Amino acid sequence: MAILSFKGGVHPFDGKALSKTEPIEDYLPKGEIVIPLSQHIGAPASPIVKAGDRVLVNQKIGEASGFISANIHSSVSGTVKKIEPRLVTGGNKVQSVVIENDNLYEECPVTDLRSPEDMTSEEKLELVKEAGVVGMGGAGFPAHVKLSPKNKDDIEYIIVNGAECEPYLTSDYRRMIEQPEYLIEGLRLVLSMFKKAKGIIAIEDNKTDAARKIRELVKNETDIEVKVVYTKYPQGGERALIYAVTGRKVNSDMLPADVNCIVHNVDTIFSIRRAIAEKKPLIDRIVTITGDAVNKPKNLKVRIGTNMRELIDAAGGFKSAPEKIISGGPMMGIAVYDLNIPVSKGSSALLCFTKDEVRACEPGNCINCGRCVSVCPGRVVPSRLAMLAEQGDKEAFEKNFGMECCECGCCSYICPAKRNLTQAIKSMRKDILADRRKK
Amino acid sequence: MSEMYNVSSNPHVRAKDTTTGIMLSVIIGLLPATIFGIYNFEYKAAILVAVCVAGSVLFEGAYEFFMKQKLTVKDLSAAVTGLLIALNLPYDFPIWMALIGCGFAIIVAKQVFGGIGQNFMNPALAARCFLVLSFGTRMTVFTYDGITGATPLKQLKDTGAVESLFDMFIGTTGGTIGETSVIAILIGGIFLLIKGVIDFRIPVSYILSFLLFMGIFGEGGFSPEFLAAHLCGGGLMLGAFFMATDYVTSPITKAGRIVFGVLLGILTGIFRVFGPNAEGVSFAIIFCNLLVPIIEKFTMPTAFGRKSRIFNIKKKEGGN
Repeated sequence: MAILSFKGGVHPFDGKALSKTEPIEDYLPKGEIVIPLSQHIGAPASPIVKAGDRVLVNQKIGEASGFISANIHSSVSGTVKKIEPRLVTGGNKVQSVVIENDNLYEECPVTDLRSPEDMTSEEKLELVKEAGVVGMGGAGFPAHVKLSPKNKDDIEYIIVNGAECEPYLTSDYRRMIEQPEYLIEGLRLVLSMFKKAKGIIAIEDNKTDAARKIRELVKNETDIEVKVVYTKYPQGGERALIYAVTGRKVNSDMLPADVNCIVHNVDTIFSIRRAIAEKKPLIDRIVTITGDAVNKPKNLKVRIGTNMRELIDAAGGFKSAPEKIISGGPMMGIAVYDLNIPVSKGSSALLCFTKDEVRACEPGNCINCGRCVSVCPGRVVPSRLAMLAEQGDKEAFEKNFGMECCECGCCSYICPAKRNLTQAIKSMRKDILADRRKK
Repeated sequence: MSEMYNVSSNPHVRAKDTTTGIMLSVIIGLLPATIFGIYNFEYKAAILVAVCVAGSVLFEGAYEFFMKQKLTVKDLSAAVTGLLIALNLPYDFPIWMALIGCGFAIIVAKQVFGGIGQNFMNPALAARCFLVLSFGTRMTVFTYDGITGATPLKQLKDTGAVESLFDMFIGTTGGTIGETSVIAILIGGIFLLIKGVIDFRIPVSYILSFLLFMGIFGEGGFSPEFLAAHLCGGGLMLGAFFMATDYVTSPITKAGRIVFGVLLGILTGIFRVFGPNAEGVSFAIIFCNLLVPIIEKFTMPTAFGRKSRIFNIKKKEGGN
């Protein structure tokens, strides 16, 4: 069998051994809960509770405002203290609901007793929307939007992204190892919403144990297939993954649905299953707490809104003072300057490094070596784009396919002159996208 | 806020490769040819190599010191340039002339354009061409074993006679310090290919197109002996593996590298067959260095999931 992959990419140190063998542990928050009203791409949710209100676990506290938006639910029971802007992962302040946890974990009663078999696909979609499910790989795109493409009847493949190509991350891996039957059930529910779709579970070949386990469970399924893909970053990038498992190409102007594919992360499928089968919203997620600065790397099931600092304590505290802390993986994660931020729907990991590799290197002149060109999965010329970005030449930047960049970071990673190529290209793309919105 | 952690844009990890590491690999790759050159031409060659390397590094350091720029000599690029200059000189070349060459390479060809990464032609070859034009007789007269005579390549051009191919392959002939031994260059070149420092596209397309050109236009036609002599003679091998593959002065695009190599092969062939000199490699490379921007322009890759430019243009014409 040919190895399924894509052209380009890099092989950074994977570091998964630190937390790979740690089973998922439930973590109950100790301090106050801060639930940002914007944990997704699109319009922030509007609060439907006010200070002094008592809320229950699973209770909706933020209403989606618009189609591309998502509901927000309380992850604990307690009293709403206030609604105010709070610091979040990105370093900005976002309107958040602050809840005083009463530690009773009193749940909202589930009144909807329909079984998934009796539901139409529209009803299932409505449940996903109600549950506030968003892409949990980091991007945070509302799941119900992805599940309702214009060409609904043409969708051929639902791809479950179990590549987890980011180094150090093991949350999806643990999910697949510990609860594969839920993953398959979730995928089956998604498939039932489409006429002719088949399911593909894509797993990198450094997790063959997970692949074997799932393959065993789906051996009697005719429309679910496990595909093992080559371990390479960014194999779990949406475009790279679609290409690897179907051979179809998606560019920046297209959606996966344009090539009749829909891609969902492992944890997203779990949340979809819970939304449809149990009628429960997305209120927790698996977070990998790892890196050479923490004492006991762990995979924790954490309630949304838990303070990140608590997670460090749960992982045995710091071994030595960290220089850099990243929310997410080392390639695409966001560096945080303060740990006093809440876990959100997209927080896949908390990665603590004692040494900041980026600070240690000083950018030099580009020597035109072409390594960035070789590793770019978008097949553009990053060094040229970064130069055009520095010059501010938007027209030439777009002409040289600058908008095809997926910001995966391979170019900056590989650059021997240690130039911050991704950063330059990223900010230029942001400018251009802002310009487009103005028009 | 009690404590603050570092922040920066993604990615937060970096590969081990550095500019300095790459330059060090190139130096290691050049060692077999250098060592053979010193063995072949004895102590005078060793002195010249040492002078050129030290001279180039000093010129770069001094220029940056007086211009109040950041000192970059520790990236080893000046050392590579110095070593390449030495390998491109006859072993008995006057030291003061060699130093002028180093100064030209570092200051005129490299630093005034902005230092490493900014030069538009290979500094070592710029120096070589400068020295050929300035001190022509000293650059083209070669002594071997005490006898002043023509290099095998010159002899081939003048008389059509092929000297011992074995000697040419091993390198026990007259010529510049680093160019004579094909086997030593190949060892270094293969080392760089395996380490991924150089791209096979340039040397392979260069050598193949050169052989094709010589077969069609050379006096010897496709005679294996004639082609082998042209391959082993002169600076072709040193040029193909170590000078044409210089990152800064070769195209960044994959397709561009093949175009670059083919152009080099054709130009070297033209210079060797129709030119007045036996040699043609340095001028071919220098000339193609100047074409790099335009080669890159026309060989920009098509982004993933996009239709190729040529196809796009056609489609537009048809559609409108």
